[in-house]
Amino acid sequence: MNIVVCVKRVPDTETKIKIGGDGKAIDPAGVEFVINPFDEYAIEEAIQIKEKSGEGEINILSLGSIDAQVIMRKAYAMGAEKGVHLNDDSANPDNLAVAKSLAAQLKEMSFDMVLFGKQAVDDDSASVAVQVAQLLNIPIVTRVIKMDIADGKATAERESDAGKEILEVTLPAAFAAEKGLNEPRYPKLMDIMKAKKKPLEQKEAQMDAPKMEIVEMKYPPERPPGKIVGEGVEAVPELVNLLKNEAKMI
Amino acid sequence: MANNVLIYAEQMGGKFRPTAFEAICQGKKMAQELGGKVIAVAIGSGIENPEALGQYGADKVIVVSNEKLKDFTVDAYGKAFADVAGKNDPAVVLMAATYQGKDLGGYVSAALDAPIAADCTEWLAQGGKIQVKRPTYAGKAYATIAFTGETAVISIRPKVFASDEPDASKSAEVENQDVALSDDDFRSIVKEILAKAGGKIDVSEGDIIVAGGRGMKGPENFKILEEMAELLGAAVGASRTAVDEGWREHADQVGQTGKVVSPKLYIACGISGAIQHLAGMRTSKCIVAINKDPDAAIFNIADYGIVGDLFQVVPAMTEELKKVMGS
Ligand SMILES: Cc1cc2nc3c(=O)[nH]c(=O)nc-3n(C[C@H](O)[C@H](O)[C@H](O)COP(=O)(O)OP(=O)(O)OC[C@H]3O[C@@H](n4cnc5c(N)ncnc54)[C@H](O)[C@@H]3O)c2cc1C
Ligand SMILES: Nc1ncnc2c1ncn2[C@@H]1O[C@H](COP(=O)(O)O)[C@@H](O)[C@H]1O
Repeated sequence: MNIVVCVKRVPDTETKIKIGGDGKAIDPAGVEFVINPFDEYAIEEAIQIKEKSGEGEINILSLGSIDAQVIMRKAYAMGAEKGVHLNDDSANPDNLAVAKSLAAQLKEMSFDMVLFGKQAVDDDSASVAVQVAQLLNIPIVTRVIKMDIADGKATAERESDAGKEILEVTLPAAFAAEKGLNEPRYPKLMDIMKAKKKPLEQKEAQMDAPKMEIVEMKYPPERPPGKIVGEGVEAVPELVNLLKNEAKMI
Repeated sequence: MANNVLIYAEQMGGKFRPTAFEAICQGKKMAQELGGKVIAVAIGSGIENPEALGQYGADKVIVVSNEKLKDFTVDAYGKAFADVAGKNDPAVVLMAATYQGKDLGGYVSAALDAPIAADCTEWLAQGGKIQVKRPTYAGKAYATIAFTGETAVISIRPKVFASDEPDASKSAEVENQDVALSDDDFRSIVKEILAKAGGKIDVSEGDIIVAGGRGMKGPENFKILEEMAELLGAAVGASRTAVDEGWREHADQVGQTGKVVSPKLYIACGISGAIQHLAGMRTSKCIVAINKDPDAAIFNIADYGIVGDLFQVVPAMTEELKKVMGS
């Protein structure tokens, strides 16, 4: 079972975001960058599948600046063997250009499965995995919370607006991991040391020109200042009154 | 030049979802700016009353109906949708950023070679084109996006845009279209659909959400939120902590690693207001916070707050609501 996991370097979710001087992107100074949290579930799942089947290899694929290699090494420390870094400094905002570049690289690799995170917590788009699958013409299940592999097929459980769904796909296939799929492991010190020696291939990313542009980035719209209605149960009648007569919510 | 707006009219079990109407209402306004037509596309099997889409503003409704399309799968619905889109010269391909819409958006973006902006919360017309605004970095920054090229795929956050009342005097031309689907388009097979237990409202559907966090202290205590929710016809949501503790299901989780919701009213009980939680609910119209800590961050974005013990305040509020709503 050969698995490729696509991982993205993103700001840690705890980080305070500062918008840069051009007003079109964040200022990376002082920001801590991590593996996209959803991609960690994908890496963990790949490792577990490999451990179960006892064969195959796990490849990491990441597109981004040279710093992407730092998070690739973290994925190595978790248990991946090798990987490809598609070098790109352009911070291309167009997901489709990223997906095309990833898909072109994937076509040169041999895999039974490609794993993604549900969404990257910087652009919060949840598009790239589906785009790549479409470009590769393979099936995809997104927001996977459980999966089983047997006889060249995968059974995957996902959450939907109606409840849950169980889908079956034939491999090769793509999957996008949702929280709940597993508990990502913490690498041991020894594994972190070993990760430094694992092979990492660097290539220049082939990128289409973006078909979209960020013309402005702003802080979220301020919510009008709220009011503390009061303390404890005494404040309840007034709160309900405000909800009914001021906010007209009930 | 392309100027039509093509809309995915999402249905489940043959019935259109409210998000379909939200998308059509915005699509109609976009089409007015672009000088084009509104084409709604309904895909499925046994779709009820497609004419109704005209009452929300569709000029034309294209129905792709096929036994095999009973359940949503991204390959088959994507193929059908992209096929129709390819023939209708859209400037904008629009859908709601629901579970179906998010999958479909990525598919159709790749199939049409068009860029996508997902989960948008605002749009504007600029120089004869549509621009969008969307939250990024878990809502810590909002990006305004302009598109180059003929077609843009846009998904809008459910419940952010209100839909207009249907106009019963309007109707749309309904056209049935066959799309050739091969076995290759049914590579994902839906084996089972497990409906939510006891007909509970999903947080993504609730106009009102009553949510609980670590302050609830245990699974049994969610009963007091369920009582209030039942009275209000609300869904019950949860913080990640409440989910990680095993008190609630992940499907109920609101936030960055849960669902992004935008209800009319969000009542947060025993939730501190961590940035990752706010990412999932900050676009709610009205936010109420009940928390015993006056410095809890949730009060910074709440419209109304009560500082107090939720175990006293929540039941008292349910009683008061009963009085007020009965009258
Ligand atoms: C990558 C990442 C993703 C995340 N995604 C999410 C997400 O999707 N959703 C999410 O919610 N969190 C998410 N988190 C976690 C988030 O950072 C917080 O840890 C979490 O939201 C805290 O949950 P809480 O408010 O229930 O608990 P706490 O922060 O512990 O707050 C409990 C609150 O209850 C109050 N309280 C206690 N007892 C009472 C009482 N009797 N009456 C009234 N008030 C009381 C306390 O004053 C306190 O404010 C994520 C974190 C990371 C790192
Ligand atoms: N630059 C990238 N390099 C590698 N994988 C990526 C990249 N961007 C997105 N992905 C993958 O696609 C998923 C969804 O990203 P997005 O569509 O941007 O929300 C991520 O969780 C990653 O698995």
